[in-house]
This record gives sequence, C-alpha cells and structure tokens, in this order.
Amino acid sequence: MSWVFLRDLLSGVNKYSTSIGRIWLAIVFIFRLLVYVVVAEHVWKDEQKEFECNIRQPGCENVCFDHFFPISHIRLWALQLIMVSTPSLLVALHVAYRENREKRHKQKIYKNPGSMDGGLLCTYLISLICKTGFEIGFLVLFYKLYGGFNVPRLVKCDMKPCPNTVDCYISKPTEKKVFLYFALVTSCLCVVLNVSELSYLIFKYTIKCFLKRYDKEVPTLKR
Amino acid sequence: MDWGTLQTILGGVNKHSTSIGKIWLTIMFIFRVMILVVAAEEVWGDEQNDFVCNTLQPGCKNVCYDHFFPISHIRLWALQLIFVSTPALLVAMHVAYRRHENKKQLRKGGQTCEYKDIEEIKLQRFPIQGPLWWTYTSSIFFRMIFESLFMYAFYFMYDGFQMPRLVKCNVWPCPNTVDCFVSRPTEKTVFTIFMIAVSAICILLNVAEFCYLLMKVFLKKSRRAASPRHHPNHETKEESKQNEMNELMSGSCQNTVLGLQNS
Repeated sequence: MSWVFLRDLLSGVNKYSTSIGRIWLAIVFIFRLLVYVVVAEHVWKDEQKEFECNIRQPGCENVCFDHFFPISHIRLWALQLIMVSTPSLLVALHVAYRENREKRHKQKIYKNPGSMDGGLLCTYLISLICKTGFEIGFLVLFYKLYGGFNVPRLVKCDMKPCPNTVDCYISKPTEKKVFLYFALVTSCLCVVLNVSELSYLIFKYTIKCFLKRYDKEVPTLKR
Repeated sequence: MDWGTLQTILGGVNKHSTSIGKIWLTIMFIFRVMILVVAAEEVWGDEQNDFVCNTLQPGCKNVCYDHFFPISHIRLWALQLIFVSTPALLVAMHVAYRRHENKKQLRKGGQTCEYKDIEEIKLQRFPIQGPLWWTYTSSIFFRMIFESLFMYAFYFMYDGFQMPRLVKCNVWPCPNTVDCFVSRPTEKTVFTIFMIAVSAICILLNVAEFCYLLMKVFLKKSRRAASPRHHPNHETKEESKQNEMNELMSGSCQNTVLGLQNS
C-alpha cells in the first residue's frame, strides 16, 4: 500500500473528468505527489534527530520538539494530499453504481454511464466543493499550527523538564521553507482550478437548462 | 510513485517527438534520472549527519549547514528534472485533445465503423504541423528556459560548481569563526560537474531541435511560394483533414458495443 495505489485510483477518475479536471489531476500527480515522494520526504527525514537544543537535560529536546511540531509538516502535507484526492473517488463510485445498475436490470438505462448529466453532475459538483474545502481547511490548519509557512532557524523553549529558556535549532529550515511555499503555491493553484471548474460547470448547465426551457416555450407561443 | 511515473508520462510523448526529441528523452532518463537515483542519492544521503564543525556549541552545525546549503544539490536537480519534463505534457494534452475531437467527429459522421476507428485513433501519430507545431515549439522553448534558470540558480547559490572541503562559518550561535567540513567533496564535485555537463548537452539539443523546427517551416513556406499556386493554403488543410478522415473510415468494421464503451 503506497502512493502508487492512490495514483492508480486517480488515473481511473481521469476518464470522467472535464479538461480542467484533467489539468488538476496532472498538477496533483506531478507537482504535488511526485515532488512529495521524490524530493520533499527526504528533507524531513531525520528531523527529530537533527533537532538540537543547547542543553544536556535529558528529555528537554523531546519535549521541545513535540511542543513546536505537534504534527510534522510532512505528515500534514501527506494528509492533505490524501484528503484532497479522495473526493474524486465519489465520481468513480457513482459511475460504477450506474454500470452495476445497468447490469442488474440487463437493459440500457443511461445513454452513457460516464456522461456528466443529472445525478453524476451533482456528484461531480459535490466532489469539487469537498476538494476545495479540504484544500482551504488544510491551508488554514497549517497557518494556525505553525503561524504561517515560515520555518525559523531557532526556537526558544521553556517547557518542563528544560531548566530555563533554552535555544533549540531546527535542521534545514531554509530548505523546508522553500518546499512549504511550493506546497502552498500548488495548493492555491489547485483551489483556483477547482473554483473555475465549478463555475464553468454551473454556467454551462444553467445555460443548457435555460435554452431547453426556451425551446419548449417558443413552440407553445407560436401556437 | 517515483520517477517511473514521469517515465510513463514522457514515454507517451515520445511517439510525437522529432528524432532530436527522442535523443533528448533518452539522455534525460539514462544520464539524468538514473544517475540521480542510483549514484547521487547515495553520495548525498547523509550530508547533514556527516557535516562536521569544529565546535561543541549545540546548534552551530545546524545553522552553518543551513547557511551554506539552503537547498541541497540533490533536491535542486530533482526539481530541475521535474520542471524540465513538464512542458512535454503540453504536447501530450494537445494530442489527447485532437484524438478526442477526432473521436467526436467520427461519431457524428458514421455510426457503423466505430470500434476499429477508435482503436486507430488511439494509435494514431500526428505529424508536427499547424497548431501542434506551435505547442511543440513552445514546449521546447519552456524547457530551455527552465534548464537555464536552474543552472543559473545553481551557479548563483553555490558560487560555481565546485564543492569545497572546508567552509568557515561565523553565524550565530557559533562562538567565533568555526571550521566546518563537508563530507565527500570530491565525489560531489564530480557528480555536480557531470550533471551540469549533461544539462548543457540537453540545452544544446533543445536549441538544435528548435532551429530544426523553425527551418522546416521556413523551407516549407519557401517551397510553397516557389511552386505554382493551384491550391491555396486553406484548401490543402481541408483536403488533408478529409484525407485523414477517409483513411480512418476505410477498413473493415466491427459492430461491438465494447468499442463504444472503451472510448
């Protein structure tokens, strides 16, 4: 069980997405998942071992690390990637449900089980709203937990059992800051894509509905 | 999830590349990605653990390492490879869009010969002409820009391409100027020079491919200008589109719903 599983699941969703959805998927695969696995994970690899405090008091380093990093950046990032990718599965599940229904009744109920109309459109819109919600939620969480996306070189810690205020040094703060900003930019880009896809779909289907109604009304007026 | 994903994505673009593009792709995967994975990661593996400073002051090593290596070489290379590979996606998206349009046209045109045609559409190779030429040329242009930007960033951050054995650090909380020793500097220098050299070769290949594509278009235009004007431009385009459609619609037809579903 690894990121490959998520990648394969998401590749299946590609078929039922709009063009903006496919661009979103490409960005998530390449600029988020691939960068995370191949590059970013190694930056945070030995973060606790390399976290050093100017004190010999046993336990002080552990307690300070836990105080300043309740959840490591990299774990939050991984959770964000998982949560943001899973609403797309709703769409795949809905299509599978439609295909299953056609098999059970042994007749063609839908013109094309993968075409975006009616219930599937609602599911797709809900998945977009959930994706955007999760993205913004995690960004807010990052901001609240770490006071922004800045990683300081030095933190001052006065938790017990540290005897006084102790200087603690974080390892590779600049590199971590660069990757956190990278994650922030890609996350914002994905939010923009989701919002534009949502607006595009709502606009398209509102116009379609309006035109259908207009076509029905015009013949009756002519009569 | 690893470099294999990138290889799969770029492999799909290979079909629609020029010969220089195919050479570029081979160099990318053998001399850059493979070297990065196999050799360079072992060399840079314990870079902070083996970075030793001549002081017992806690925190001095961390701070000095961060000061001299804001972003590790290996991370910069990995980002460079990812950014340099992504313009090829523009071509992949354009090809996918054209295939989608072809499928739509065929579905509207004839209801009977669908299965075989959709298979042919999936395997079809588009020549680099018209809008695809523009997409392909822009992708090469962006590739060159990204390569040059990363090479410049490298040079700027590390003041050249050589890894020093000793760096003198006087960042707080180091008490005075402290000697810090980098691990495996010669091996790192060798790999750095190798990666820079391959990067330069890739830039040259991109420039050559760019010039080749420009030359191809200019020669074609001058040939058209020189030959007698029986078929103006827009008619030949329409004719070639119709020829494409006819080629796809000819051949035996198999009426299977599976073909429609698979599309």
